Order: sequence, then C-alpha cells, then structure tokens
Amino acid sequence: MSRKMPGLNTGSMSDISFLLLTFFLLTSSINTDKGIQRRLPPPVSKDAKIPDVNRRNVLRILVNMHDQLLVNEEVLYDVNQLKEITKNFITNPTANPNLSEKTSKYIEELGENVMVSKGVVSLQNDRSTSYSIYVAVQDQLTMAFNELRNEYSQQRFGKSFDNLSEEQKKGVQKIYPMSISEAEPSNYGGSK
Amino acid sequence: MARFKKEGKAGLPELNMSSMSDIIFMFLFFFMVISTMRETSLFVIIKIPQAMEVQKLEKKALVSSINIGKPNQNYIGKLGPEPRIQLNDQFAEPSDIIEFVEVEKQRRNDVDRTMITWSLKVDENVKMGIVTDVKQELRKASAFKVNYTARKKEVRK
Repeated sequence: MSRKMPGLNTGSMSDISFLLLTFFLLTSSINTDKGIQRRLPPPVSKDAKIPDVNRRNVLRILVNMHDQLLVNEEVLYDVNQLKEITKNFITNPTANPNLSEKTSKYIEELGENVMVSKGVVSLQNDRSTSYSIYVAVQDQLTMAFNELRNEYSQQRFGKSFDNLSEEQKKGVQKIYPMSISEAEPSNYGGSK
Repeated sequence: MARFKKEGKAGLPELNMSSMSDIIFMFLFFFMVISTMRETSLFVIIKIPQAMEVQKLEKKALVSSINIGKPNQNYIGKLGPEPRIQLNDQFAEPSDIIEFVEVEKQRRNDVDRTMITWSLKVDENVKMGIVTDVKQELRKASAFKVNYTARKKEVRK
C-alpha cells in the first residue's frame, strides 16, 4: 500500500525569489556610461600650415589656472553665459562686424543653399585648469550647438532635431558643424 | 439518472506554482551575471563631473575606459596624492596609452576597430595637464572618438 506524499506548498517560494530579484535589481547598477562625446583631431605634422582664418571668425575661449574664463579678450564670470555667447557668435543676428561671417553653402542633403557661419570656437586651457571647468565649457558649447540645430530643425521642418531623418540630421549638422579647435595647453600654472 | 455528488467546496483548482520560482530564479541569475560582468575594481577615486548635455554611449562592447584620479586609500601611501591613470586593472603612464589602444583594438574584430569609443573617466578635481597628455597620446594612436564621462546635472528650478 503506497501512501501519497503530501504536496509541498511552493507558492511562497516564488515570493522569496522575487524578493531576491528585486533586491539585486535595486542594488546592482547596470552602469550606462553617459558623457559628452567629442572627436579628437588627427595629429598634425610640424610643418603643416596654419590655416588662415579671419580673426572675427574665431571665438577665443581661454581658461586659466584659476578656472577663470576669458572670451574674446573679455572676462566672463559665469560659465553658464557661454552658451548664449556662442550662439550669438555663430548666428550673428545683428551682422556685427566683430562676430562671425556667413557664406552661402550648398547643402546636398537638403538640396538648397543655406547661409552657413564661418565661425570656429577656439578653446585653450592651462595645464592647471581643473577638469570640472573644462567639462562645463564643453557642456556649454555642446548645448549651444544642439540648440542651434534644434532651432533650425523647428523652423525648417517643424520637428526637433532628434526626430529628423538621418539625411536631414546630416544636413543640419553641416549647417551648424561643431567646429571646436583645441589649442595645445599653456603652462603658466607651472606644476604638472 | 446519475447523481451528482456535491463536493465540499466548488473552488478553482490550485495553481501549480512550483515552476514559477524556477523562472524567477532564472531571472535572478541572469541579472546577477550581467551586473557583475563588467566590474574592474578602481584603484583611483573618481568623482564624475556634472553636465547638462550628456549622451548615452550606445554599444557597451565598443567602449574602453581610461580612468584618471587620485590613488585610493590602499595606494595613496605608495604613490602619493598626484592623479594617476588606470588602464584596465593597473596604473599606467601616459606613454602606455598607445600600447593600451593597440591591445584594446586587437580584442575587437576588424569592423569595430575604428568604432571604439574611448571613455575618459576623470575626477572633476584633476588638472587638465594629465588629461591633455592622455588626449595627445590618443591622437597619436589614432583613437579619435572620445567621451568625457559626466553625470546628468539635476536642474533646480
């Protein structure tokens, strides 16, 4: 005579494993890297010619060893204003002769001529500049260009830049290329 | 006519829950494996700076990190408080970057080699000098795609 084993109640088992699961989900970080992306320029040979750029087309940003900013020979006390300055420099809405020039350029992706700024941002920092201010400057510049692209996309296509097609994105990027040149750092701060 | 015997209670039959726990355990192991996979212990202290316009890095397999910061408790006695570079799991000098780039490129297949993003994880108090040295070396090694790792800044209104 075989007696049947009473069935174990495993209903609560799943509760326990759920608890473990949620615990691990909360404590472990599947750390996604976030950050500001940049492309470094290829190394230049020593005898390469310095391209001749009109002075008005360069926005000169200097960051010294005390993390102070000098933008086109003017002291800037708040790094957060840099975005507006950059946007103003690139778009030059009042056709100020000290800000960037514009040329007409044929954009293949959009199939038309667009007025494109010749402006270039030149960034120079000291070896003793802190990394946090460097990132803040890069952040402001990125924001400036992203906003310009967004504004153009809204105006032209009625959509934000992120919602454009790949082709359109390329075209808009050509209108507002993120042209940031970084000079070799100075070493007024002395130490490494 | 057949008589229907009335049983004590007419309820739903009990669901068999035993396989449920198996499924959840599978989930659990999956997450445990995933989250512990990419953990290189840091020898340097890194406080990531904040920024507004941060982008997510898309393909994690194509990211190689370069960590720069002060050595932590265990190493500060030996190495002093000057910021150091950590590549994978050892300290390095800027001159080691080229080799590091080559090794990292070898790990990927041909197609992906130019697509590698070099993630610079730098402490916010580090001076730009060492960062610039690293950048110059990266340029020499033709590793152009860099990412300055940053946290998303909370906007206070």
